Amino acid sequence: MTQLPVLQVTIPLACAPLCVLVRSRTAAWLVFLAAALFSLTCAALLTEQVADDGPVRYRMGGWPVPAGIEFVVGDFSTPILLLVSLSAAAAAVYGHRSVAAEMDARRSTLLYACLCLTLAGLLGLTVTGDVFNAFVFLEISSLATYTLIAMGRRRRALLAAFRYLVIGSVGAVFVLIGIGLAYAVTGTLNMADLAQRLSDSGGNRAVQAAVVFVFVGLAIKMALFPLHAWLPAAYAEAPSVVSTFIAAASTKVAIYVLCRFAFTVFGASLVFHSMPGDRIGLLLAAVAMLVASAAACLQNDLRYLLAWSSIAQIGYIMAGVALATTAGLSAAYLHIMAHAVTKAALFGTAGLLLIRLGSVQLSALAGIGRRMPWTFAAFVVAGLGLIGVPPTAGFVSKWALVAALVERDQWLVLGALLASSLLAVFYVGRVVEIAWFREPPEGAEPVRPATSMVAAVWFLALLSLYFGIDPTLPDRLADAAASALLGTGGG
Amino acid sequence: MTTFVLIHSVLLAILIATAVAITRMRALYGATMLAALFSLVTACLFVLLDAVDVAFTEAAVGVGISTVLLLGGLALTRSREAVTPRRRRLPGAVVVLLTGGVLAYAALDLPEFGSADSPVQRHPITETYLHESQKDIGIPNTVTSVLASYRGLDTLGELVVVFTAGLAVLSLLGPLARPEQVRPPADFHLADYRVIRVVTGTLMPLILLFALYVLFHGDYGPGGGFQAGVIFASGFVLYGLVFGLDKAQQVVPRAALWLLISLGLLVYVGLGLTTMLLGGSFLDYDVLDPDHPASGQHLGILVVETAIGVTVASVMTAIFFSFAARGVSR
Repeated sequence: MTQLPVLQVTIPLACAPLCVLVRSRTAAWLVFLAAALFSLTCAALLTEQVADDGPVRYRMGGWPVPAGIEFVVGDFSTPILLLVSLSAAAAAVYGHRSVAAEMDARRSTLLYACLCLTLAGLLGLTVTGDVFNAFVFLEISSLATYTLIAMGRRRRALLAAFRYLVIGSVGAVFVLIGIGLAYAVTGTLNMADLAQRLSDSGGNRAVQAAVVFVFVGLAIKMALFPLHAWLPAAYAEAPSVVSTFIAAASTKVAIYVLCRFAFTVFGASLVFHSMPGDRIGLLLAAVAMLVASAAACLQNDLRYLLAWSSIAQIGYIMAGVALATTAGLSAAYLHIMAHAVTKAALFGTAGLLLIRLGSVQLSALAGIGRRMPWTFAAFVVAGLGLIGVPPTAGFVSKWALVAALVERDQWLVLGALLASSLLAVFYVGRVVEIAWFREPPEGAEPVRPATSMVAAVWFLALLSLYFGIDPTLPDRLADAAASALLGTGGG
Repeated sequence: MTTFVLIHSVLLAILIATAVAITRMRALYGATMLAALFSLVTACLFVLLDAVDVAFTEAAVGVGISTVLLLGGLALTRSREAVTPRRRRLPGAVVVLLTGGVLAYAALDLPEFGSADSPVQRHPITETYLHESQKDIGIPNTVTSVLASYRGLDTLGELVVVFTAGLAVLSLLGPLARPEQVRPPADFHLADYRVIRVVTGTLMPLILLFALYVLFHGDYGPGGGFQAGVIFASGFVLYGLVFGLDKAQQVVPRAALWLLISLGLLVYVGLGLTTMLLGGSFLDYDVLDPDHPASGQHLGILVVETAIGVTVASVMTAIFFSFAARGVSR
């Protein structure tokens, strides 16, 4: 039991070379499925352990901290661990038939290997208590993600991956420069030690620059407006299983890392009081909601539409974080969970439609709701979650966010949020209108979608409904996470 | 002190001049050569800063293998850069100036260069790394102690990054990506030139031997798995360049490379899991030899360095093969 934090990360890591070695698509899939289920089990056990006994610390190599690296699993990381491993498990169930339909056998093993690496990287980012170690895991997950995106069906996927590679590498270098500056001023890389040594360095210009570099770098990784340029093509051109997984997990982990740096390394007083982190964050969040939702309305391709909507959702989450209050952070965590489940279901459905139709141009979707009623019903349920209609998880989180904004009198941001929600009604409604109320083209052969894929999508959609009806679990996790972030000086 | 500062200033000036020249250059072969020069000057700076291990890596990777790979990439595409319209260069320039501005702003409050009183020097972990490591780990090269033991997880992570890069190239450029696009066998070989053939034949064993020396000498002097892996790979690259790809692939078949790439990483993670099974924590080499923790550390570091060497060498070779085997599409 004491070894759980490290097993959580290293078992998916060890599964990556296994995937390469097994040379059979099904075997590689099984390895990835096992990795995802194993990490889900670890995450569940850790959540229980943290809830009972408080934060779990794990010292690598038995070295005392800060000489060695430590893993820290606290209340702030368990929701993210659950989310990442759950979406990996859903992607694994979804992926078997999806990958078989999209890719040849030998490359599929590499795809599963990269999925294992992405999973391990994201989990590592979540549990690490060392800033340089966080950079290393950021690199692992990013590099694996670039590769996954480049495996998309169309040649455009290569361009999308290349753009993401260039922009993402700049982001990673910025994070590294920030970490380097913080190291030069303190001499340590351990997060708790850093927090302690940085606590009285508000006026130090090197520390201020470190904050700027780390946050700009992470803003690129989480696709915060106006640094979102890489995201639409990357999500839309990736293989379906990949967009299902990364849309759920990767930007969310970047936001989590941002929270970790803001609250448990640099400290809220430095970031949000000495420096204008709150005002800039709220401004960018509001603009992201409006611009990205408007852009989503203009898209003619379902996956691009969903990707733009993701950028708007990042705005919602960022608004909660930038409030830097318990209510705001709790709302941000709720929305991270709600949106992950919702968007994974939506991208999963898009992948199903893609296999069926060969294209997810909105014009090609005419009448698909009548031909694939079950699949499309899942889309509608998840789409309602995206808008924030009760009883879905999206409603619960948006409601919490509204309450948090009202509490701090942020009326302008609230206005942006409502306008963006109206735009969401429009872009989701447009898809539903085309798919349900337009006449399907004549002579299209009905193809039965794979049961495992539909099951995965429905599982996510129902999860969104369940959290909307009975939000006890996400509420408890989010509240604990928010108070852990605000309460502790060092993680 | 003044000589020290003078040498630094000159090297930095060369570095800046090289960087400016690279950005202004349209001919990419020339730019690649200048990039190698950039790495070489950086390596010199690292030597001056007493970071010999880093300098070694920079020289092996930056000057050596990455230049070869860049040239391999250029051979597949055009070697002249298209001109970006002036209007589109403006945002980039603004970002660069801003970044530079923030860095300069940060420099105002950084500890003085070379100061013995900086926070890094005063922090207790410096004492741990420089002195207590001699007792706990007992190898003279503290860089290796930090890299392979104190921060062994980071090094594992870096190895995973190399592994991922290998997978990326293999999935996009390798024969898996487009099996139909394979370069036909060349009708002339560098091996037709006697001097090149003889010199290569003489150098090959020396390069491989030197790689092994660097690998196993990492405990005592600059060196270790990363450098050794790159040097090993450069031996195979040289062989492939001179005797042709087919011959090189007879020496190291593709299937063997696939196996070795994964094997190195598996050994590293496996070592960590073994130490856990023996009752320690992840990568706690003390438990490998409970009676003599220092020799356990020794053993662990050796295994780790070897695993790194295997994966790095096979990834680099596989990347080179992927570039070299690909048909030209201009």
